[in-house]
Amino acid sequence: MGLVALVVGLPFAGALIGIFAGRRAAPYLAVIPTGAALLISAWLAYAQAAAGPREATLTLVETGSVPISVSLGLDGLSALVGVLVTVVATAVQTYSIGYMRQEPRYASYAAFISLFTSAMLLVVHAADLLVLYVGWEVMGFCSYALIGHFWEDRANSRAAIKAFLVTRLGDVGFLFGIFVLGISAGSFRIGDVLAAVPAMSPGTLVAATLLLVAGVAGKSAQVPLHTWLPDAMAGPTPISALIHAATMVAAGIFIVARLYPAFVAAPPTLDLLAVLAALGMLGAALAALAADDLKRVLAYSTVSQLAYMAAGLAAGTRDGAVFHLLTHGAFKALLFLCAGAVIHAVGSNLMTDMGGLRRGLPVTFPAMTIGFAALMGLPPASGFFSKDVIIAVTEHTAGGEGAPLTIWIAWLVYGVALVTVAVTAAYSTRAWLRTFFGVRRPDLAAHEGPASMVVPIAVLAVPALLLGFAGLPFAGLRPDLPSSLLSVGASLAGAVVVWTAWRRDPESDPARVLGPLRPAAEQAFYVDRAYHALFVRPVAALARLTVRADDRVVDGAVRGSGRTAVGAGGLLRRLQAGNAQAYVTGVLAGVLIITVGVVVLR
Amino acid sequence: MIPVLLVTVPLLAAAGLLVPAARRVVRGYGLAVSGLVLGLSIALAATFDYARPAAVQAEVDVAWTPGLDLRFHLGVDGISLPLVVLTALLTALCFVYLAGRPSRRMRALTVALLVLEAGMLGTFVALDLLLFFVFFEVVLVPMYFVIAVWGGPGRRAAAVKFILYTLLGSAVLLLGLLLIWAQTGTLDMVDLARTHGSGMSRGAQILAFVAVAGGLAVKAPMWPLHTWLPDAHTEAPTVGSVLLAGVLLKMGTYGLARVAVPVLPQGAEAVAPWLGAFAVIGIVYGSLACLAQRDLKRMIAFSSVGHMGFVLLGFATLTPVGMNAALFGNVAHGLITGLLFFLAGGVKDRYGTSDMTRLGGGMLGRLPYLGSLLTFAAVASLGLPGLAGFWGEMLALLGAFSPGAGLSRPLYLVFMAIGGLGTVLTAAYFLVMLSRVTHGRPDARWRDARLPDVTGYELAAWSPLVALTLVIGLWPKSLLLVTDPAVRVLLGVVP
Repeated sequence: MGLVALVVGLPFAGALIGIFAGRRAAPYLAVIPTGAALLISAWLAYAQAAAGPREATLTLVETGSVPISVSLGLDGLSALVGVLVTVVATAVQTYSIGYMRQEPRYASYAAFISLFTSAMLLVVHAADLLVLYVGWEVMGFCSYALIGHFWEDRANSRAAIKAFLVTRLGDVGFLFGIFVLGISAGSFRIGDVLAAVPAMSPGTLVAATLLLVAGVAGKSAQVPLHTWLPDAMAGPTPISALIHAATMVAAGIFIVARLYPAFVAAPPTLDLLAVLAALGMLGAALAALAADDLKRVLAYSTVSQLAYMAAGLAAGTRDGAVFHLLTHGAFKALLFLCAGAVIHAVGSNLMTDMGGLRRGLPVTFPAMTIGFAALMGLPPASGFFSKDVIIAVTEHTAGGEGAPLTIWIAWLVYGVALVTVAVTAAYSTRAWLRTFFGVRRPDLAAHEGPASMVVPIAVLAVPALLLGFAGLPFAGLRPDLPSSLLSVGASLAGAVVVWTAWRRDPESDPARVLGPLRPAAEQAFYVDRAYHALFVRPVAALARLTVRADDRVVDGAVRGSGRTAVGAGGLLRRLQAGNAQAYVTGVLAGVLIITVGVVVLR
Repeated sequence: MIPVLLVTVPLLAAAGLLVPAARRVVRGYGLAVSGLVLGLSIALAATFDYARPAAVQAEVDVAWTPGLDLRFHLGVDGISLPLVVLTALLTALCFVYLAGRPSRRMRALTVALLVLEAGMLGTFVALDLLLFFVFFEVVLVPMYFVIAVWGGPGRRAAAVKFILYTLLGSAVLLLGLLLIWAQTGTLDMVDLARTHGSGMSRGAQILAFVAVAGGLAVKAPMWPLHTWLPDAHTEAPTVGSVLLAGVLLKMGTYGLARVAVPVLPQGAEAVAPWLGAFAVIGIVYGSLACLAQRDLKRMIAFSSVGHMGFVLLGFATLTPVGMNAALFGNVAHGLITGLLFFLAGGVKDRYGTSDMTRLGGGMLGRLPYLGSLLTFAAVASLGLPGLAGFWGEMLALLGAFSPGAGLSRPLYLVFMAIGGLGTVLTAAYFLVMLSRVTHGRPDARWRDARLPDVTGYELAAWSPLVALTLVIGLWPKSLLLVTDPAVRVLLGVVP
């Protein structure tokens, strides 16, 4: 288990040292610990297959209630996701050396990536829910720091705050969900909690899992807490690759997979998860079809693809969802790194400024083509296999087999999943055509970046293309012929529609195929504006009201009592004006009253 | 013996400064004395027997006023030890800060701070109710002068409000303590805690609890008794704010842990829901008030209302985990808010203002070290796991999830939910503050200003706080190890 601790600890140490080390040492401190963690993770994944799950506890922290056990574990799930995280993190760190070579604040940037990686690895390997929560929240902060890396621009700062706050809102629910599970099980250890699930009442399980879903929706950018992810594009592009592929958004799906027995025992939660997934899947895909910013297209596609994973979990295939998590991690990281290379070459995020780039970018073009093919689910790219597993399972669930999902919800998810395949193909084709084909801007001399950028792209292209075949030896992860024919057909249909529109007029945006839906899709269905009106403005108004009330009412009462005391003192002062005659009169009056009182009361 | 030295060394040292010849050594004097006291407190922590943290250790118990049965009874246990070390540390760091940035009338300030230190330490080591009260009161006088003499433009009014408000609280507290004495016939806090209020009727306990907790709540401060705090903090000089937030507020909550809850269990049970309600109102109210503040120092002051709300919520659950949460939160808040006030002072020293709109922004660009430290402190204060602020808040919420016997669970679930919402609002105002002050481009008005980044003295004063915030955050067991057994004994819960 020392090796697992090392996997988590190495990037953490890299971050801690890196933030104090100078600019020159920073690249080494960024890549070497992460790379070492990658090698160890790969070894662990290999060894784990033979040795089986393990767990070790460092110490038990007494809290006065259920204790926290500081423990790490290793099983098939954590070994696989651990490899994904370290692979992507190493690629991102390497790529950043080239991408950020002009950046004066590179050292802190790289240190935060290392911290981010370490936090995600803690989530992956934690064997105790509260230890997991530590990693879970630290990721939120790292995303804040990295999204806001270019903080000179206020918009980036706002995007960073939004990412932190929206995910934190979900995390409050997540923490309460941990409380429910931990107190009912009498332990926060994941093993103990899962062992206690059969003994828990359905009400407890539904409450716990619903609360957990709040956190999952926040981290994995599911409706209704998805709005931070598209804005998170404010960060440097390699950060997007990190957030979208390996950390943060993967954590939400991971935790459902980790606690899957609890979710399976709570059918209402699965229904909710499925409905949210259906909404997010299609809505985000439509928004991606309308967006002009290349990174935003990819961001919305992440929301949509994560919804596929959530749907797979709801429909009863943990393995399928994790499979898609892995392939998506590979091809989405690839897509973002390619997008970074494109943006690096063009100097703009907007697809309007791009076009005809396939000549200048001999590595990026084929690599990104592979990425888009995987995203569209075209065989033999990896996305085809994993997405098909999920679609096939939702189909079976709709047919009444498998998970305890309500039938109409299963049908809804299945239908939406197929439609979304077509929309996904449409926006992928649109982005691909508008970036690499058509007329090239005359002033542009696009060329590839340095080797540190090109090599990670080339390396990631391999799993993005081939990882799908890794599922073939396992019964649950093989493509299902009728369903895969249907989804490939849907995908081709979507691509053809956009291609036809583009052929007719390569100068204009094929997003026009959206028709009357286009303005709404461009605004991502006005969710941001609604949230602003519903939450942000009322809270701000309430805050101003509080300050006024604090001054006028609460402190007003205090000052008022002070004034009353001074006033009363003023009245009493009049009695003591130094007039001896008045004093003697007072004394005599007192004597008189006492005498009368004594006589009368006797 | 060490507890006696903790009190007498700063007092004698303060007296020594009255010698006119001491004028010349004043700059290093406070540093040396407070360093010595810090060493003593560390020696106390080192000799502490961690196998039995619930027992009173290093005890001194001699007759003081035999006619009134008053005893000079000092000692430490797991409840007070962390606060003793925290107090000694913060005072020493204040002197380090002052060494780098001497204030006017340095000798008088040193005397005031040393007397203050004696009072604060005395409060935490006293084991006799009246002695506790005496030290509790001793603190007010030097703090009054610190605010009134070295404070900002509105210092007079703030100082008067501070002393009158807290004296009023003390008067109520004294009535409660006397009621306990009248009913039980003893002032010994160890005896009282051991018997858990036997010999007091329920009605008397409730009355005594309302008086004691009410008096202490002014100091904590609990909503709606908090309004002295923003003014006092805003006007106080940096070292005053640091000690006010870092230690003085803790005296109120320490009293709750030491006197109100263990001595008056039935009173606590009856009043706890009210305490909880005021606590969560304070959390949300404080956060909302922070969200609309324009002044950095005032915002940090209001943030204390919210954070101490979590501490009070911990007490209100009447569970071991809630008490642990409260004690943890106390120490964490002392470290983090102490650091925040140091930083706010550093900002004010440089820019001459702590108004956020005037500051403009871009501090990370202009003063990268100061900006980074401010970011660190703000993130620690908003309760990021892995830093000290998290555990107190998390455990308080966990306590509210399953409150003590006899308390309404649904009510406490509501408290928990509101508290959880409060953590989001807390994050919101700190992030908005960071965005306004540290992000963006530096304002044009500061273009020609000379703004030095963090100095060596400042770094020496601040880095222990940063390090401890990290250590306690990454290893919460370091504190829980000491508090948990003691808390169980205080609540009468046998492990």
